[in-house]
Amino acid sequence: MFEVLATRQLSDAVFEMKVAAPAVAAKAHAGQFFILRVDAEGERVPFTFSDWSAEEGWIRFIFMRVGLTTHKLTHLAAGDFLADVAGPLGVPSHAGGLGRVAVVGGGVGAAVAYPVARAMCAAGDEVTVILGARNAELLILEDEFRALPLKDLVVMTDDGSAGRHGLVTAPLKELCETGAIDHAMAIGPAIMMKFCAATTKEFAVPTVVSLNPIMVDGTGMCGACRVSVGGEMKFGCVDGPDFDGHLVDFEELMSRQRVYVDDERVADAEFSKGCSCGL
Amino acid sequence: MRPVDETPKPRHRPVKGTRIPMRENDPLERIASFTEVGLGYDAAEAHTEAMRCLQCAKPPCVDGCPVHIDIKGFIGKIIEGDECAGVEVLKTRNALPAACGRVCPQEEQCEASCVLQRTGQPIAIGRLERYLGDFDLARVPAERCRPEIAPASGKRVAVVGSGPAGLACAGELAMRGHGVTVFESLHVPGGVLVYGIPEFRLPKALVQAEIDMLAEIGVRIVTDAVVGTTYTIDDLLTAEGFDAAFIGSGAGLPIFSGIPGENLNGVYSSNEFLTRVNLMRAYEFPRSDTPVWRGRTVAVVGGGNVAMDAARTALRLGAAHVMLVYRRAEEEMPARHEEVHHARQEGVEFVMLCSPQEVLGRDGFVTGMRVTRMELGEPDESGRRAPMCVIGSEFDLECDTVIMALGTRANPLLAKAAPDLELDKRGYIVTDADGATNLPGVYAGGDIVTGSATVIRAMGAGKDAARAMDAWLRRS
Ligand SMILES: Cc1cc2nc3c(=O)[nH]c(=O)nc-3n(C[C@H](O)[C@H](O)[C@H](O)COP(=O)(O)OP(=O)(O)OC[C@H]3O[C@@H](n4cnc5c(N)ncnc54)[C@H](O)[C@@H]3O)c2cc1C
Ligand SMILES: Cc1cc2nc3c(=O)[nH]c(=O)nc-3n(C[C@H](O)[C@H](O)[C@H](O)COP(=O)(O)OP(=O)(O)OC[C@H]3O[C@@H](n4cnc5c(N)ncnc54)[C@H](O)[C@@H]3O)c2cc1C
Ligand code: SF4
Ligand code: SF4
Ligand code: FES
Repeated sequence: MFEVLATRQLSDAVFEMKVAAPAVAAKAHAGQFFILRVDAEGERVPFTFSDWSAEEGWIRFIFMRVGLTTHKLTHLAAGDFLADVAGPLGVPSHAGGLGRVAVVGGGVGAAVAYPVARAMCAAGDEVTVILGARNAELLILEDEFRALPLKDLVVMTDDGSAGRHGLVTAPLKELCETGAIDHAMAIGPAIMMKFCAATTKEFAVPTVVSLNPIMVDGTGMCGACRVSVGGEMKFGCVDGPDFDGHLVDFEELMSRQRVYVDDERVADAEFSKGCSCGL
Repeated sequence: MRPVDETPKPRHRPVKGTRIPMRENDPLERIASFTEVGLGYDAAEAHTEAMRCLQCAKPPCVDGCPVHIDIKGFIGKIIEGDECAGVEVLKTRNALPAACGRVCPQEEQCEASCVLQRTGQPIAIGRLERYLGDFDLARVPAERCRPEIAPASGKRVAVVGSGPAGLACAGELAMRGHGVTVFESLHVPGGVLVYGIPEFRLPKALVQAEIDMLAEIGVRIVTDAVVGTTYTIDDLLTAEGFDAAFIGSGAGLPIFSGIPGENLNGVYSSNEFLTRVNLMRAYEFPRSDTPVWRGRTVAVVGGGNVAMDAARTALRLGAAHVMLVYRRAEEEMPARHEEVHHARQEGVEFVMLCSPQEVLGRDGFVTGMRVTRMELGEPDESGRRAPMCVIGSEFDLECDTVIMALGTRANPLLAKAAPDLELDKRGYIVTDADGATNLPGVYAGGDIVTGSATVIRAMGAGKDAARAMDAWLRRS
């Protein structure tokens, strides 16, 4: 059992949770994830570390409430327990020796982008962060990013309620056009990563994306997380989650992410029947 | 240990007869649920079957068992009506008799070597073993057969993986007085016994009861511990302070066929399909949270135990039609005969001598599978006749689910974090006859050494390594 140490609501549907998991925290690196189960009936669900402390033995993650598991998570408070936390899983993100990098974080992807940008800064890369959200309400971690020694922070919202009006691909394209970046990293919904990769491909700027296929074990045992990269079958959990964005088959990824939509709706509806939180 | 019985035994007079059949649930009823298929022997049936045993002076059956269980001995105890003593005989070599009695390929092992095999009616050794295993598990914990524990040695051993190899090794080491901690990456211990082999063939409560027993003799089990990332082997031997380690991490990396369309929704590896259903209990969805795609028409590719398990599981999830697609002939399927028999009884259609060429789909979902007919050529090195494509014989099978049961390989996760550990070219760990790897104090056994094998071989390897580790620990 893993104790919840603190929770915080960041926006309407986005939450942060801090959990005691000393063995996992001791080994965590930026870009890696872990798998949790909420309770004895729980599904195994992956989340990326948004922060951790090896010394104090905790990990932190930010999640968007989209279905059953994330709904159950919103019900937990400090002092409650998660049934399982296993990790760290996946290959750490590459940091250092990248030169001038643009890190794009869209939606909750910002939570994953934060430790990656931090690691890159620490390793001496020159980092520009582009944060995107549908509106100002959904923008997360802006203050944390501002505290990093970034070259620049560009905020984009779909409706213009904060920062610039538009999609993250606009400033990314400008950086490419002016030859201001050597590398790019995009973390967010598959569709956003697809368009980021398409943007940089034109300028041959190497671009890494952090994929989020459906997983079960997270250790290479089941193959649920397989993705096509450059025509080859890769396992998201052990070969990734970071892959070359110019080689990823995003259509396939998005199709595979939707395989259980009907079941997921049933499960959440069942749970919501007996639940009064109104989410 | 029990006191030695000194009274002379009456001479055994074998009773001629045919094998006592095992009662089973009706095929049509059983495919509606995950309850166990075989019901086992009751005491009278077990005794009658045991009475058929000749109690051979030099019993050849023993050599047929990979771990040389004293088969004559435990059957002798059933004949005498002393089940407790029978369990003790079994347990000296087999940590999980209730499991092995159910899942060993007896027809190729112990029963194949029984002298009565010649008559076509070998002793039902597996069923008798199951009978004793179940007898033991049905007792209250305090009365169960438990090993005598040697005085504490002060040494600590880390066991990686809680499949049959790890569990057998842990039990043997604990019995020899060492402090044992098992590290398991999943959230439940048991390995393939819980995530692979389905409930209807091996009830999970049996495995859990054996694991509870280990806990009672002092074995600590840490789940959610991925060795290779949460801890490396080196961490275990240094920071975590273990004196030795045993690696029994299995061969958990699914093989895909590489044909087009394999990433369509509705294509599963057998590992994923069975894990969702068995470990995550997707068959209880939405009471459990994990979904599984419930196909109407399912094609399972393969011919081993895993393929049979996947096919029979698909039926139980409500499939109207399940096909088993195998590229050789039925006689060459490596699955246990009993499983083939059960699959056929339950209505699985055998599509033999066919090899998949492409998974067909629409809008991202499976709609069928293109297969080509095969014919058998000359025998290859393995003695089996190699299947060859019949040119121009392609045809399409309609289906909405495809399950690839093509076997597994070594999972590199652990070894990647142990660069000095010697592997063979396929990624399996290299050991000597005692299970010792090239790293001092590090032993290994089970599928991660031999490649996919059997429950009893993995257990045997775990026990053998434990004996060697015991000697090593006492020397060092
Ligand atoms: C490596 C990785 C890192 C991730 N990091 C984060 C993160 O930091 N924050 C965050 O909010 N989300 C993250 N996700 C996504 C998160 O796992 C899903 O949102 C979560 O599974 C939803 O579960 P649910 O039961 O609430 O919703 P559901 O209704 O069950 O699912 C909603 C959608 O989530 C995806 N999903 C469902 N089950 C799984 C599963 N077992 N594994 C992966 N995806 C699944 C599917 O696309 C599905 O359609 C990550 C995913 C991966 C693979
Ligand atoms: C579906 C199926 C049906 C089968 N049917 C039969 C049958 O009828 N009869 C028979 O004799 N055999 C059968 N087998 C084969 C048999 O189950 C295996 O040979 C046996 O389980 C191997 O035991 P093991 O202990 O080596 O590995 P496993 O049982 O695979 O156990 C390994 C354990 O280690 C854990 N692990 C892996 N990596 C790590 C890590 N890095 N850190 C921590 N833990 C880790 C795994 O999660 C797992 O729990 C079947 C196999 C399958 C898949
Ligand atoms: S362990 Fe398996 S092979 Fe050995 S006697 Fe028992 S059933 Fe036969
Ligand atoms: S070979 Fe057959 S008959 Fe002889 S002891 Fe073994 S089981 Fe009994
Ligand atoms: S999640 Fe099972 S192999 Fe990646």
